[in-house]
Amino acid sequence: MKSLSVYIHIPFCVRKCRYCDFLSAPAENSQIQSYVNELCGEIHREAQKYKLYEVVTVFLGGGTPSLLSADQTAQVMSVLRADFALSPDAEITMEVNPGTVTEQKASAWRGAGINRLSIGLQSAEDEELKLLGRIHTWQDFLHSWELVRNAGFANCNIDLMSGLPGQTLESWRRTLSEVIVLKPEHLSAYSLIIEEGTPFYEMYGEGDGLPDEELDRQMYQETKAILAKAGYVRYEISNYARPGQECRHNKVYWTGENYVGFGLGAASMVEHVRFDNVRCMESYLGRLDKVEHRHELSREEQMEEYMFLGLRLMTGVTKSGFAQRFGRRMEEVYGSVIDRHCREGLLASDGDCVRLTDRGIDVSNYVMADFLF
Amino acid sequence: MAHIDQSKIRNFCIIAHIDHGKSTLADRIIEMTGLLTDREMQAQVLDNMDLERERGITIKSQAVRIIYKAKDGEEYIFNLIDTPGHVDFNYEVSRSLAACDGAILVVDAAQGIEAQTLANVYLALDHDLDVFPVINKIDLPSAEPDRVKEEIEDVIGLEAHDAPLISAKNGINIDEVLEQVVSKIPAPQGDPDKPLRALIFDSVYDSYKGVIVFCRIMDGVVKKGTMMKMLATGAQAEVVETGYFGAGQFIPCEELSAGMVGYITASIKNVKDTKVGDTVTDADKPCAEPLPGYKEVTPMVYCGMYPADGAKYPDLRDALEKLQLNDSSLHYEPETSLALGFGFRCGFLGLLHLEIIEERLEREYNLDLVTTAPSVIYKVYKTNGEVMELTNPSNLPDPSEIEYMEEPMVKAEIMVTKDYVGSIMELCQERRGRYISMEYMEETRALIHYELPLNEIIYDFFDALKSRSRGYASFDYELKGYERSDMVKLDILINREEVDALSFIVHKDSAYERGKKMCEKLKEEIPRHLFEIPIQAAVGGKIIARETVKAMRKDVLAKCYGGDITRKKKLLEKQKEGKKRMRQIGNVEIPQKAFMSVLKLDDK
Repeated sequence: MKSLSVYIHIPFCVRKCRYCDFLSAPAENSQIQSYVNELCGEIHREAQKYKLYEVVTVFLGGGTPSLLSADQTAQVMSVLRADFALSPDAEITMEVNPGTVTEQKASAWRGAGINRLSIGLQSAEDEELKLLGRIHTWQDFLHSWELVRNAGFANCNIDLMSGLPGQTLESWRRTLSEVIVLKPEHLSAYSLIIEEGTPFYEMYGEGDGLPDEELDRQMYQETKAILAKAGYVRYEISNYARPGQECRHNKVYWTGENYVGFGLGAASMVEHVRFDNVRCMESYLGRLDKVEHRHELSREEQMEEYMFLGLRLMTGVTKSGFAQRFGRRMEEVYGSVIDRHCREGLLASDGDCVRLTDRGIDVSNYVMADFLF
Repeated sequence: MAHIDQSKIRNFCIIAHIDHGKSTLADRIIEMTGLLTDREMQAQVLDNMDLERERGITIKSQAVRIIYKAKDGEEYIFNLIDTPGHVDFNYEVSRSLAACDGAILVVDAAQGIEAQTLANVYLALDHDLDVFPVINKIDLPSAEPDRVKEEIEDVIGLEAHDAPLISAKNGINIDEVLEQVVSKIPAPQGDPDKPLRALIFDSVYDSYKGVIVFCRIMDGVVKKGTMMKMLATGAQAEVVETGYFGAGQFIPCEELSAGMVGYITASIKNVKDTKVGDTVTDADKPCAEPLPGYKEVTPMVYCGMYPADGAKYPDLRDALEKLQLNDSSLHYEPETSLALGFGFRCGFLGLLHLEIIEERLEREYNLDLVTTAPSVIYKVYKTNGEVMELTNPSNLPDPSEIEYMEEPMVKAEIMVTKDYVGSIMELCQERRGRYISMEYMEETRALIHYELPLNEIIYDFFDALKSRSRGYASFDYELKGYERSDMVKLDILINREEVDALSFIVHKDSAYERGKKMCEKLKEEIPRHLFEIPIQAAVGGKIIARETVKAMRKDVLAKCYGGDITRKKKLLEKQKEGKKRMRQIGNVEIPQKAFMSVLKLDDK
């Protein structure tokens, strides 16, 4: 059987954070219920197409999937379990927002088969949390953390953000050391991106009040050093894990494996065809065929993606993998680009591997753009 | 057979300052005489080229023949010749005027006389045209027809008491204008029995008919079969067709005789053979003397034009060749630049002409161009006695070989309301102008005479003039000749490499200021690289200004949340697209528009 990953989008949250441009909004419980019903219908119908696949990872993202009631979560998971061949050791992750966790919910998640949680903390500093528009404090988070650990979740990620307005190197270090003490299995640390259309864009669109680039990079480098000391390895540009506890679902995206997305605006890539669900709630609820754009990747596009997605992983891409997939040598297609960036110190090519150097990570777009045809 | 009765012909043009309503009046006249139905009537019929209509200016002169039934019951043939309104095309204006017997002077009822009003009237009077004024835009709230009439009488000395008060836009009193064309513009006085003499006032290239020569027959007759001869170029060809101008179309006719305006085709392959201003005669029965006033038009402004994509060089060459078929004043020759590769050094009548050609190349021929800063022609007197005409700054000889240099000067007339006299004079001083005189046209308006280096006005002088006078100043100039001047070559070094396409010639005293601004401008234009990039301005190897483009520290990381790769790819594609529009100089990528940035060193 071929393997498949499943992404399920829950586009609801208690309140929109000020930096967030994801497809998510607060909603009434009745709206949430009709969405869940529609979502289950979609999963059930679509499952017919994936009879030959075994699901190896599942990711419930959002929004705030932990906002769903215990029953709603169980409803989604049971339709998935009934219609798909779920591998016995599948990694099943759900995103959790501190402040939406209760003891009952946590044990219901376990019961539904969820075995990994990704908790959006962002910062251990209350002032920074407030500025971001988060619904929780550091104390709220600690409480949630205790609940999920007690419920038996032994594989957890904590999401953090650097480059926040007013953030200093000291406050970032404090956040990191507070979190390390909790011994999560996995950490994500993204630099804040000011997206158009968010309140943050109005406030910081010009870049005033944000840490400058130099400080931003310093935070990034320190993150790697501090976490390494605590036993975490950076395996992707923004992701760190204890050995063997990398997020399998995350790696699917970077290695060109098949994944299918369900729910509003969810993206899929199956057998080299990319497609997206509609992004408008009314259309999503109103039509059977949710897919909006469908694009079959050409051979060249597959090569492009193999390179620029694969380079997000710290192990980089392999020449042997490339040759096996495309029947052509990587040097033949990208030799001059690779050579140039190796000379510039942005790529390292050792043996079979080509990967970004630390400097290359800083300017990754500059490097990756050159792999486009 | 009997030739057309000349007493029923009126050949005239309309002259005006820009925006005073010349083309709109032309439209109304054509409309009133019923030549076109409303449906065919497109605003500003005479401005044929898309570009002309968009910019609201006339680039090429055009002509149209109209039948007018006058109040005296007679039918008259009107030949209306539209003239370009811009100083760049002064010679074309002059030749168009020479094809007429009279002119309608349009003056804006609110603005009154402007610099180009005067320049055009003087030009018309020089050609012995009978000029009568009309006052336009009479329906504007700010119209002051009485004041403007007085101004016309006082300043120009034209009778204005019975000038028609019109609104070309709203069609008010147009019939009065038509009646005055009959009564005030003289009929042509040519002799159809004399040898053929016709003045070429324009020509266009048509891929089926070859060159179509627009001409005014002074004496004699031309018809199919006539062996025509151009006196200045010596070219000969047998006439295939004669005709006159409908609105937007050519209407063949048996013959063109003395007094008429029309066209001739003769399978001529090159507009260069039919130069504006030249005299056409009958090779078998030539006239004794050419018509007066012909001169060779020469470019005043040069710049380098390069295809953004080097592989498009042959396309650019073909496009220039085709444009030249219709525009004999366009000059070009191949050149190479270290920075830009293969391209052409092109010569133009002025900056507007340059912009028009550039735009046509980009629009009509779909070419992406890199244009270097425009330069005037300098005369370089070398120590070995040679005199060199310099059109490309990078060809300037080593300073040790230069005895001295000369630059072209213009006589400029600027008309401005008295509140802005100070700031306009300040501007002229900054531009190395030499004050000649000033006279008050009336209490509130002055006409200032200056001599200015052409090099100082080809960039942004007109814009500066407008912005410092809140749009009230008007301006006209003519070439005066060359003067000795202390010029130096300013070189730009990017990452310590000289970029030939960015060099320009500048007066010694302005070198520092210009160099500094240039560096600042380039700093804005050049994106950050992985390394620091110094931008330096140098004169004779000595650095006079410097800016630095800081090294790029980091990129924005696109989120790829939930496997949404499309967004990431778009970001990378944008980055890649940006790189494509760059020129690689050494290991620095320079955006193509940076090469034009020297143009936009606007001062205030």
